[in-house]
Amino acid sequence: MYKKYYISSKYYEVIFLDKKIFQEAIEKNKTKRPILKNSIYAFVIGGLVCLVGEVIRLLLMRIFKVDNKTANTLMLLIFITLSSLFTGLGLYDKFGQIAGAGAFVPITGFANSLTSSAIESKSEGIVLGTMMNMFKLAGAIIVIGAVSSVLFGTIIYLLR
Amino acid sequence: MKRVGKNSILFDNVYVLETATSTGPREKKGPIGEYIDKDYENLNCLEKSWEKAECRLQKDVIEISLKKASLEEKDLDLIVSGDLNNQIVVSSFTAKDYDIPHIGIYGACTTSILSLIVGSNYIDTKTFNNVLCLTSSHYATSEKQFRFPTEYGGQKPDTTTTTVTGSGATIITNQKTTIKITKATIGKVIDAEYKDAQDLGKAMAPSAAVTLKQHLSDFNLPASYYDLILTGDLSLGGSKVFIDILKEWDIIIPNYNDCGLMIYDLNNQEVFSGGSGCGCAGVVVNSYIMALLRKKILKKVLVITTGALMNPISTAQKESIPGIAHAVAFEVVE
Repeated sequence: MYKKYYISSKYYEVIFLDKKIFQEAIEKNKTKRPILKNSIYAFVIGGLVCLVGEVIRLLLMRIFKVDNKTANTLMLLIFITLSSLFTGLGLYDKFGQIAGAGAFVPITGFANSLTSSAIESKSEGIVLGTMMNMFKLAGAIIVIGAVSSVLFGTIIYLLR
Repeated sequence: MKRVGKNSILFDNVYVLETATSTGPREKKGPIGEYIDKDYENLNCLEKSWEKAECRLQKDVIEISLKKASLEEKDLDLIVSGDLNNQIVVSSFTAKDYDIPHIGIYGACTTSILSLIVGSNYIDTKTFNNVLCLTSSHYATSEKQFRFPTEYGGQKPDTTTTTVTGSGATIITNQKTTIKITKATIGKVIDAEYKDAQDLGKAMAPSAAVTLKQHLSDFNLPASYYDLILTGDLSLGGSKVFIDILKEWDIIIPNYNDCGLMIYDLNNQEVFSGGSGCGCAGVVVNSYIMALLRKKILKKVLVITTGALMNPISTAQKESIPGIAHAVAFEVVE
């Protein structure tokens, strides 16, 4: 399949033999990702983030006597603000490096992707920079959110 | 100047007049920090945008190298420069402030050596007397260009490299100095069909090995001819692959190192697998290696810079990452 692209078949044969050597050498020195370690860190740290969220929610309900739904919204708002703040201070990327999915999956990860994109594009101006690029990373999550809500909404409607 | 073997050039009269380097904070704190001419405490180098900061680094090294060589702007006949930004804007924007002809080149991270090869041709044919070869890279512009926003909290794998914030300039001339540029080998684009854009060292290692093999066979030299064989930015994983490929071809290199491993302290600085970018070889060669050559601690050094030929679109389209490598030999002459 590859052969037809090469003008000189002799070069193809040489490069084909070499390619095997290259790929063997790359395979031999393959760096293993520390999946177990990353998973444990993500589980523990992500869990702690959620625990803090739960504590904030309960405190809001106890102290400020707000109802469950409002407490949820307020808790999310607090997390989004804190995440954006720490992104701006240059701390969230260090946290993300350790926590991995534990920093990515909660709503803090979403806020970080928005803020970091916005900061990065600041030099290109407000409209062409910040506004256009803000959802560069988060856009995918919004699309999947919208598509899946249409899909599951339809299924629920039909089942009823 | 003449062609040797298949891909190589032998130079007669190309000498290194002066070199200069300017970097960000992390490089200054690295093991070769004391050899760096100028450094900044912040990545923004007192400028408003990262791109402007990179321009400033380039301008610094032009000024410093001219001052060191006691030359003036009018004495320079040509600037050959390149960087990693789209359409090499940083190099062009730097050159617009000088009354000197400019050739902009793009060779991914090979630029420091590629600019020397391009410049040496004009020197050796006696077309020009003094040519400034310049390159730079910046951590934040490269992250923006090739990876994620700087403050994005995604987890990076250990194989990823840290782009060097720095610029290096070499003024080459046809008047005799102690350091001579003797040989050059122009590399081929080699595709090992490796696709991990977070592990570019391994993608580039095959091209470096091919260029070294070609260089040695073109000049009919043993690898031990050189006191030091230096690769550009293969990082930890890539240099292992490089050595393994050469072993397969029965080439043993006794004195080998990688610029990406020299510029940072891998154990104490958070740099993952080492340094990368045009500035990596640009800074290491123009500061530390030149100092060792001047002190005659090293007498023959072969520098092979390596470049990964990709952009974010090609990576997203699941294309493999071909590599290229160019080599230049520096020798001390009495």
